[in-house]
Amino acid sequence: MSAAREPRVLVLGYGNPGRQDDGLGPAFAERVYALALPNVTAEADYQLTVEDALTVTGHDVVLFADACLEGAAPFTLSRLEEQSGGSSLDSHRLSAGALLGLTRALFGRAPQAYLLALRGYAFDGFEEGLTPQARANLEAAVAAVGPRLSTGALEAHQPAP
Amino acid sequence: MSGQTRTVTIEPVTRVEGHGKVTILLDGQGQVSQARLHIVEFRGFERFIQGRPYWEVPVLVQRLCGICPVSHHLAAAKAMDLIVGAERLTPTAEKIRRLMHAGQVFQSHALHFFHLASPDLLFGFDADPAVRNIVGVARQHPELARQGVLMRKFGQEIILATAGKKIHGTGAVPGGVNKNLSPAERDAFLSQIDQMLLWSRSALQLARDYTEAHLDELAAFGSFGSNHVALVRADGAMDLYHGGLRAIGPDGATLFDHVDYQAYFHYIAEEVKPWSYMKFPFISSLGPESGWYRVGPLARVNACDFIPTPEAEQARQAFKAASGGRPNNLTMAYHWARMIELLYAAETIRDLLHDPDLQGHDLLVQGERRDEAVGLIEAPRGTLFHHYRVDRNDQVTLANLIVSTTHNNTPMNRAVTDVARRFLGGATVTEGLLNRIEVAIRAYDPCLSCATHALGQMPLAVELRDAAGNLLDRRVSS
Repeated sequence: MSAAREPRVLVLGYGNPGRQDDGLGPAFAERVYALALPNVTAEADYQLTVEDALTVTGHDVVLFADACLEGAAPFTLSRLEEQSGGSSLDSHRLSAGALLGLTRALFGRAPQAYLLALRGYAFDGFEEGLTPQARANLEAAVAAVGPRLSTGALEAHQPAP
Repeated sequence: MSGQTRTVTIEPVTRVEGHGKVTILLDGQGQVSQARLHIVEFRGFERFIQGRPYWEVPVLVQRLCGICPVSHHLAAAKAMDLIVGAERLTPTAEKIRRLMHAGQVFQSHALHFFHLASPDLLFGFDADPAVRNIVGVARQHPELARQGVLMRKFGQEIILATAGKKIHGTGAVPGGVNKNLSPAERDAFLSQIDQMLLWSRSALQLARDYTEAHLDELAAFGSFGSNHVALVRADGAMDLYHGGLRAIGPDGATLFDHVDYQAYFHYIAEEVKPWSYMKFPFISSLGPESGWYRVGPLARVNACDFIPTPEAEQARQAFKAASGGRPNNLTMAYHWARMIELLYAAETIRDLLHDPDLQGHDLLVQGERRDEAVGLIEAPRGTLFHHYRVDRNDQVTLANLIVSTTHNNTPMNRAVTDVARRFLGGATVTEGLLNRIEVAIRAYDPCLSCATHALGQMPLAVELRDAAGNLLDRRVSS
């Protein structure tokens, strides 16, 4: 009897590290990359774009990591549903849900997906580096989510503040 | 009520900073008196650069935008070339940069066409927004969507090979580049280029067919005569990487030509308006009232004498013929012009890949140091200025950037005003009005912000308020 194949997990962290806490998503991806988990791929980018569908479709589980302006600290982990797209004024943004919808439309399948919303506090300055509170939220997320990544079992989770 | 106004507000709060908002001012009779497109341009970035060593700038400026970092990378590198006295790059360095730039234009135009333009062109302005988007295109036109994704990926791979990274590339350095293109990289791109050319032709045909089939409708949709500003080569050819500045009027008359952009401030001035964070550039000699201009694909195709690749030139001639040999002033013709440039970029990539200079090893030059320089490039969205001063300690003391969307500020306001006048009636904000304002703005391919992307964004909202500020109607886009 052969062992079950480990799920192929992708962590996609996005945001602008040059805008303070907007860099939470990429920072999370970098921390996951450093964990060197064998079945987990971690990538960072400024924003999601259409060709990310090519990457997403090759995985069983995808965790999107982004900073959030409001919401619970230190983070919220929720199941992500596919979306139809919606209107846009420029080509500089694509929501994670729309990316999932695009992936299914293009390839006939979409992976199980989750959204990690990391609470940030400062976004207005052109400055690299997270605020202390955001840094603490990042550490909490890495500690809580990191050990479960390999399994792909990322049920919705909202830690007590 | 005479003389009083009501206000319609369209507010896509898309990011922490950098969202756009449209305010439509109505007179007492309910007619549109003016429409204002507010774009919260990036602020403070120049100060972020000041004090940094000049050699860091071509990398730092890529923080501005995740879609067009290469344009900022190259504009800054061109300025820093002059700072280090590199008046003329080696053939390998210049061609590597041109390949990087062509890859950038290719991926950006392909992304715009697939992501923003094709839903409007394929489904129509009144289609359900739940369908009129990229996922809708992928569901109903999967082959076109697949092409869009793979074209964008191809351009990104060109950037990766020439800049070292897809984001925060380091390939262009003051005085040249830090790597050439290996034979293996070249061969990988050559194996795909024919497919890219084929898909580019198809996209161009779609944009052309749409425009020609809807000429009457589009002539009455946010269209108006304007000046056009673009770089051109010394012989008048389109050149997106380097050249002199040319300005033409609405009828094609030359306003200035082959201007050395080191002295751009003698020809271009900027007006400040109290209601907008973004400035309003204009041709100095004409003044702000009549000196405003368009930049980007429409301006470039209008302004050049010819395109130096055969298929794109053939397409330019057809484009020119559609407007009787005069400049095309249809806002929606941006899409057609953009696809002509897509094909031009593909042809340019093909030609460069066959040039053995790309495998050269002479990558850097230096000369007599300067303390001030301007770098200019035709970014996908239009002309991009980077102006710097550097002190004796190699630190930047002044940085001034004028981005494409700023150049197009007045034309976008004009387009929105025109659309609002035609499609707003009564005290109700209709879905049709909202759709059409979006369509007009999208044609310019604006970069509404080069800022942040955090969750917590509000969708596009339209508010109708009376003269006293009372909310009459509100519509939120889906």
